[in-house]
Amino acid sequence: MIKTDAIIIGAGPVGLFTAHQLKLIGLDCEIVDNLDKIGGQCIELYPDKPIYDIPAVPECTGKELTKNLINQLKPFDIKFHLSERVEEVKKDDVNWIVKTNNRKIFSTPNVIIAGGVGSFEPRKFPVKECEKFENKSVFYSVKDKKIFEGKTVAIFGGGDSALDWAVELSKNSKVNLIHRREEFRGAQATVNKVHALVNEGKINLFTKYQMTSVKGNGKLESIGIKNDDDEKKNIKADYALGFFGLIMQLGPIANWGLNLDKKTIEVDTEKFETNQKGIYAVGDICSYPGKLKLILSGFHEGALAARACFKLARPNEKYRFEFSTTSKTLLKRLGKKE
Amino acid sequence: MPKITYITSENENHTIDVDNGLTVMEGAVQNNIPGIDADCGGGMACATCHVYVTEDWFDKLPKKEDGEEDMLDMAYEPKKNSRLSCQIVISDELDGLKVNIPSKQG
Repeated sequence: MIKTDAIIIGAGPVGLFTAHQLKLIGLDCEIVDNLDKIGGQCIELYPDKPIYDIPAVPECTGKELTKNLINQLKPFDIKFHLSERVEEVKKDDVNWIVKTNNRKIFSTPNVIIAGGVGSFEPRKFPVKECEKFENKSVFYSVKDKKIFEGKTVAIFGGGDSALDWAVELSKNSKVNLIHRREEFRGAQATVNKVHALVNEGKINLFTKYQMTSVKGNGKLESIGIKNDDDEKKNIKADYALGFFGLIMQLGPIANWGLNLDKKTIEVDTEKFETNQKGIYAVGDICSYPGKLKLILSGFHEGALAARACFKLARPNEKYRFEFSTTSKTLLKRLGKKE
Repeated sequence: MPKITYITSENENHTIDVDNGLTVMEGAVQNNIPGIDADCGGGMACATCHVYVTEDWFDKLPKKEDGEEDMLDMAYEPKKNSRLSCQIVISDELDGLKVNIPSKQG
């Protein structure tokens, strides 16, 4: 069991700055995120789109903002637990016991939910029967490409993931690439490569088609597809791969006994605490009268929630407000003074 | 004020007045119309405000901008008449617009 002063759920911009605030006032923290990388929506949804409303930063992309926030955390030792989804938050006698899907267990007086709109999960095929084959014949990511060798694979999607895997798997498998329109949104070089492989007969391309059904007994055997003009086809397939990007799901957060307002968590505006003592929500996932879904609002919320954590983590000490320009203690924590 | 009709997947009609300048997505969210999630808040980054525009209206709407079709690739069951409702700005010309909400957003 890992003991810490605070757990932050979500490694997006608000989670990162909240960690900075916690460390600056002398508390420990660990960050858990379901994605395999740091940055949350900034890195997943708009890595290359410029943002214009971060105070004192006239223009920066999601990627740059993330990079700067990580740089700001450099003086501190913060443990990240990526590709881990928090499944359960329960109270023991004193602390919150936080469990992840990979069976990591934390014990902490403070849980700060900086979860954006929830955790990112792959978008799945609309065809319900796909669930029966999921993780056996139907996948939304590739963990071991060897299983596809010599097999027939149906790849759905038009972005880089779909195209990259179509190119890669066409070396040792029979690849059918199915996409809902003729244009692809992947990198032009990859699109060109795909078209070249289609001409060589290495990839079978079906554009303007979408999945309508899957068939098989235990293992996938064939897939029904249909185009815009209702023309149907049945293609043999041992495996289906879907690459439709990620969607945000509130997921297990809904089961933690928190007061919710649609997909957001109700908090007060003093500590950004939820109806559960020691559980806070900051950033896009929190709601209160006047809430603005701006990154800058999340920074403010995180700074206040961090101060609230102090009370529960150090019940016998008094929190003193200090400025990073002058406080010897803060400068020491920042590594600027001996 | 233009009237917009949102038709849910259960065939319930919700006709509401939406101010000019708002988007079809905002009209739905502000009036608690079920089925439009708009997770990213209108940034054309999530495809969870996906709607089907009825045929008589589809061609009257301003054309899709770059990026909307890319996002629709990720929508749940996209069709020829799919649009992201955050990209449809209400004006007097759209008075009477009807959109169908898909059964799911993802």
